[in-house]
Amino acid sequence: MRGSFSTITKMFSAGVVTAGLLMSIPARAADDTIKVGILHSLSGTMAISETTLKDAMLMLIEEQNAKGGLLGKKLEAVVVDPASNWPLFAEKARELISKDKVAAVFGCWTSVSRKSVLPVFSELDNILFYPVQYEGEESERNVFYTGAAPNQQAIPAVDYLMSEDGGSVKRWVLEGTDYVYPRTTNKILEAYLKAKGVAAEDIMVNYTPFGFSDWQTEVSAIKKFGSAGKKTAVVSTVNGDANVPFYKELGNQGIKAEDIPVMAFSVGEEELAGLDTAPLVGHLAAWNYFESVDTPENAKFIADWHKFIKNDKRTTNDPMEAHYIGFNMWVKAVEKAGTTDPDKVIDAMVGVSVPNLTGGYSTMMPNHHITKPVLIGEIQADGQFETVSQTPGLVMGDEWSDYLPDSKDLISDWRAPLSCGNFNVATGKCGGKGTN
Amino acid sequence: MILIRAIGLMLLLLQGTLLPSNASEADLRVVIAKFATAANFPAIEAVVRELAASGDPAVERPLAALAEGSLYVRKADSLVFVGKESGDGIELLDALTGERSGEAAKADITKIKVNNTLRRVIRDALGTLTLGSKDPAVRIAAADTMFKTPDAANIEPLDTAIANESVASVKALLEQARAASVLVSDRPEADKLAAIALIGARSDRDAVSLLTSVEASSEGAVKDAATAAIANINSTLALWDAGQNVWYGISLGSVLLLAAIGLAITFGVMGVINMAHGEMVMLGAYTTFVVQEVIRNSFPGLFDWSLVIALPLAFLVAALVGLVIERGLIRFLYGRPLETLLATWGVSLILQQAVRTIFGPTNQEVGNPSWMSGSFNIGQLAVTWNRLWILVFALGVFAVLLYVMKRTPWGLQMRAVTANRRMAASMGIRTPWVDALTFALGSGIAGIAGVALSQIDNVSPNLGRGYIIDSFMVVVFGGVGNLWGTLVGAFSLGIVNKFLEPYAGAVLGKIVVLVLIILFIQKRPRGLFALKGRSVEA
Repeated sequence: MRGSFSTITKMFSAGVVTAGLLMSIPARAADDTIKVGILHSLSGTMAISETTLKDAMLMLIEEQNAKGGLLGKKLEAVVVDPASNWPLFAEKARELISKDKVAAVFGCWTSVSRKSVLPVFSELDNILFYPVQYEGEESERNVFYTGAAPNQQAIPAVDYLMSEDGGSVKRWVLEGTDYVYPRTTNKILEAYLKAKGVAAEDIMVNYTPFGFSDWQTEVSAIKKFGSAGKKTAVVSTVNGDANVPFYKELGNQGIKAEDIPVMAFSVGEEELAGLDTAPLVGHLAAWNYFESVDTPENAKFIADWHKFIKNDKRTTNDPMEAHYIGFNMWVKAVEKAGTTDPDKVIDAMVGVSVPNLTGGYSTMMPNHHITKPVLIGEIQADGQFETVSQTPGLVMGDEWSDYLPDSKDLISDWRAPLSCGNFNVATGKCGGKGTN
Repeated sequence: MILIRAIGLMLLLLQGTLLPSNASEADLRVVIAKFATAANFPAIEAVVRELAASGDPAVERPLAALAEGSLYVRKADSLVFVGKESGDGIELLDALTGERSGEAAKADITKIKVNNTLRRVIRDALGTLTLGSKDPAVRIAAADTMFKTPDAANIEPLDTAIANESVASVKALLEQARAASVLVSDRPEADKLAAIALIGARSDRDAVSLLTSVEASSEGAVKDAATAAIANINSTLALWDAGQNVWYGISLGSVLLLAAIGLAITFGVMGVINMAHGEMVMLGAYTTFVVQEVIRNSFPGLFDWSLVIALPLAFLVAALVGLVIERGLIRFLYGRPLETLLATWGVSLILQQAVRTIFGPTNQEVGNPSWMSGSFNIGQLAVTWNRLWILVFALGVFAVLLYVMKRTPWGLQMRAVTANRRMAASMGIRTPWVDALTFALGSGIAGIAGVALSQIDNVSPNLGRGYIIDSFMVVVFGGVGNLWGTLVGAFSLGIVNKFLEPYAGAVLGKIVVLVLIILFIQKRPRGLFALKGRSVEA
């Protein structure tokens, strides 16, 4: 039924956005600024997550300008609102590149929005920094993935649960929202678990729609699955708004983290902000950054953020750190290349290394993914995470999963002379296929 | 004077019973001090086990504090304290006696880290230690823990506890815990068979869980008995599962009813296709949030009453907004459904964005009052309090609305205007005001639905979006213009949905329900209970 209204929705949101744009077009910029595009939804369902990223980008740009700008010019942010409407993402991206002539774009959250802008970026040859953890199975010349690939989040998280520290889990519930990221991640996880000797009957996979709010049946199914005499854990790729009712139902039905821990890949400080976390203490999340990480860089970042947003209660989260890393990498690459020309910057990006907020350095790899530490955190009563496990070194993002038959032979290397995002090492040809 | 002295004496005695003897206290302090040097989880676990092995009930305080994450080490002298938040700093309490021993800033102390494995170890350790507690609830919890983590070493303490136990229900639980421990011990087969019979009588998921592991690890008569007991329990549980689905369906139905009941007035009675209905629900939820914020900051003692206070306010806020929308917009569009649809859709976008601008795009935290948290069991059926209250509340709202519509002069006027506007007008009814108030009533009801929904869903600007489609579905399915239809429609959709979900999954289940409704509407375009009269022809 929702479909019958979608045309109207589009019509209206497009109208609202255009109206908004007409009002917010910045004064004709002089040529001595470098424009940076910000492509995050400020209205619609994804606004809840993406608005924060827009603000984070504005803060980073302001700070860079305070430091004297870039190549002697000031940076200027161009903000557009794709309104959580996937086709509109492509239109807005085109507008940013062709009309506003931005040097690079920071944006997108959902995989479907990223997929929708890919052709625009390769056609118009510009740069997209994508800050969110995603399902992998992709490597594009024009995109830099600063969020986690599955091996930088999902696989270490499962390894932790299998370990003695994590409770030696033997039975797995893969619970997800029904779209591309959970489906691909769960496919990879299923293959990985089976490779580790987990029997098929010890894995339960379940999907729910976006924004799902009545979790009674699902939670009692998890309870039932967990009473088979083996240690059980839930790996949750439940996205966005659906998490709050999910956790509330877990708390109400008395599922404790000591008995059945829930490991989430899409629940960060921001999502927990709308929730009384006391009944959830001990449930887990895997990220590359937590606000609670105790480093001087992070303390400064949080202080800057609170000052910029003028609210001491606002949290920071992993995708914000990804933008922090991505933006600094871009600045460094532009300085290295001496120009903002996307072609030259893309070549200069590989190998650039900048400090991350967890006390180390992140480096851009030839596959356009970065190196990051993986942190496992437990939810605390104050809505923060406490790190209970951390990978000893940095993990390099692996775009093509080694656990899927379609992609295990693929590698990506955007340096000359290979310059290929899906090189098949078995056939020795560029142009293999992944799962999507 | 005598009284004071007596109280003083009592306090002294009380302290005497709580404090461990000094010799062992010193020993315990030595062990507790080791927390300061334990660098990783295995090291902390070793200290926990050492403490637990002392068998002294006094270790309950530091262990429970550790499990809660409130055990701290003072950086200056590496002493271990139980910490309690007080203002900006932490109040330090002695780890064994709980006496106040100073304060510290957060930077001067380090929290001893804890993870799930540690919490479990602590819970098991406390289970054995608290078996002799005076509080039956603690003993029940102890028995429950020991049932879930059976250990042959538990049999002896349990035997003692069973002999001393006076409460029959606790005794039964202790005996089950003992039976569980017998199953993992090397006691003779006859004992184990008796234990399986005892555990089989529990017929719950925990029993299945335990018996499954017994089945896997034993052979012969014990294995057969376990298999039989599991099969037996599972057949009982299957019945409970069906009951559970009905309950979940009723509960989902009550949410649908709440969301749809306001729409049953604005759309059902007045015929306005009100796309901003969901936003009225959202406004109600945000009113609850504001009320709770005020209470949290100024009157923390009233928190359990926050929802009761929010109800009339949410009604007023939403009704007022509804009134403004009707007077300012909708009254110009009566009889033009398409324009109404588009205009109210626009209003809904405006309201969403307004709330987003004022409160921010992120979720707002609305807490559950204590009487709406947790669950209780009827047999094997877990009933959560918040769902039960929402059901009661939905039925209450329905009853009040029905009374207003059928028994008050205003309700009569409303129905008269719906049935025949011109006739009603010529009888002296001021139809424009009836329209305005009816719309305000529908909106207000949506507002109080928002108060209830804030307890189970996100309070975000998108809250209303999730309910608008379902609400229309319920009203159309139940029969436009009929409150009873809305009631029956909501509950039947809820129950059908919940029966499909376990088999078809949530995604497919929803699709199937949609298809069924479409087919049903083809057959009966006016829904379950069609209203006879002019209004439906119009």
